[in-house]
Amino acid sequence: MSMALVEFVDFSFKYLGADSLALKRISLRINPGEYVVVTGPSGCGKTTLCRAINGLVPHFHRGYIGGHVFVDSKDTRENEVSQLANVVGLVFQDPVNQLVTLNVERELAFGPENLGVEADEIRQRVEELIARLDLEGLRRKHPHEMSGGEQQRVALAAVLALNPKVLVADEPTSNLDPKSAELILGLVAELNRQGMTIVLVEHRLDLVSKDATRMILMDKGSIVADGPPRDILIMNLCQEIGVGIPKATQVYKRLASRGVQLPWVPLTGEELAAAVAEAR
Amino acid sequence: MIMLDDVHFSYEGIYTALRGVSLQIDDGERVAIMGANGAGKTTLMKHLNGLLRPQKGKVFLDGRDTSRLSVAQMARVVGLVFQSPDYQLFLDSVHTEIAFGLRNLGFTDEEVEERCSKTMEGLGLSGLSERSPFDLSGGERKRVALASVLAVEPRVLALDEPTIGQDAGQKERLAELLMDLNKAGRTVIVVTHDIEFIVENFPRTIAMADGKIIADGPTSSVLSNERAIDLCSLTYPQMTQAARALKRAFPDISERLTSLSEVEDTIVSILGGRRK
Repeated sequence: MSMALVEFVDFSFKYLGADSLALKRISLRINPGEYVVVTGPSGCGKTTLCRAINGLVPHFHRGYIGGHVFVDSKDTRENEVSQLANVVGLVFQDPVNQLVTLNVERELAFGPENLGVEADEIRQRVEELIARLDLEGLRRKHPHEMSGGEQQRVALAAVLALNPKVLVADEPTSNLDPKSAELILGLVAELNRQGMTIVLVEHRLDLVSKDATRMILMDKGSIVADGPPRDILIMNLCQEIGVGIPKATQVYKRLASRGVQLPWVPLTGEELAAAVAEAR
Repeated sequence: MIMLDDVHFSYEGIYTALRGVSLQIDDGERVAIMGANGAGKTTLMKHLNGLLRPQKGKVFLDGRDTSRLSVAQMARVVGLVFQSPDYQLFLDSVHTEIAFGLRNLGFTDEEVEERCSKTMEGLGLSGLSERSPFDLSGGERKRVALASVLAVEPRVLALDEPTIGQDAGQKERLAELLMDLNKAGRTVIVVTHDIEFIVENFPRTIAMADGKIIADGPTSSVLSNERAIDLCSLTYPQMTQAARALKRAFPDISERLTSLSEVEDTIVSILGGRRK
């Protein structure tokens, strides 16, 4: 069997000082082009899963480690975070912590410069990203003059400037207002349609489930469900472990218990109305 | 009681964050502040405990002009939890982090332990007591930051985005804890984009845009104000969206459906099925 883009092989991790494992014998394959949403109750291990993909676990966060994670065939135990940086792009919750320079062009050039990419190639990437992520209007703006949504767009572009093969985002929209969150998640979905592999940790499942190709549900350090979002979200397991499912999906389930079967599982208010119209 | 009178503030004279904000919040109120990123909400919160001082206008605490009070004096009354826990956490275990503020305020060891364990229990942190906050997830760190302030039980709790990174169960626990503190007389002020959290827990909402207050009143009326929703970059709750889409497909149904069970019952009446 050939190797997947991201592959966990019986991987376990326990932080220093922790009583229990943050990840328990995880085996997982993520193939090129997938859009994987990882969700689960707080403390389930989803952040640790992200950190294990880009090497922050075990190189930065120390602890007990078992098994292996391979990213693009590189064992994360043997490759430093910097060696994985052009394979895995990581976007954090708070964009302010991620921006290091004073304008958009400098910010996008910063990563590739550090990796020794040639100047012409950098200039080309920067211009491409400015066009692709609609950053023209921000070109000369200082990060502090930007809104949170604009900052996160720049942070996302800066990560893409390294041409990663997989984009890992740990709740990239939780500091953003709802409209900015929709905009960023729309961009992530567009990147996936263009072929980028995405691993996204998110609680607001109403915003991401319709774009994702796969949903992984975690609890207490283990993967407890893995499949298409619409199949996962109707499982009773979601409520049992404290994952908030979209209201429209809740209505679907409550209707089913009252003998009203909608033709498909809706994830949004609009979809709910469409499913009802189709059922009639 | 907190009163702001025509407060203006700009960062280094470049970026104007507050353009004349006036408001009054009485003891024991539960108030939500909403607005788009950059509307001035966080800047406003930092004025409540003196971290920022108005460049024009005044802030009053219990009727006293706060320009003569130190941050330390104000912080005893107003406990502020920042949006990002990274600015707040600095100790090497969850327990020492939460105990730190209590020890500083001179609580006895016994009281410190009692308050620590009660708050950790309430926020689902008991199992993380000896962990380094640094290794925790964003949602867990946020709860540690909340716990370190809630444990002190200041008279006014000012919480910037308290629900970030919290799952459905944790949000409920947090709401319960805030309700208990409120019943015991504490004022609770939150900045949040979480519309469902506000609707369920906060009777008053202040909407901000571009450094000004654009609406202030009962939550239900502020959130049905289309201009406020738009200026605050909010999106409608999912059931409101569903109701609107249903209304387009089935013009006969009722105009105002907001709760999940109303939408559910309406669909049953459209498609047939067992009535409750």
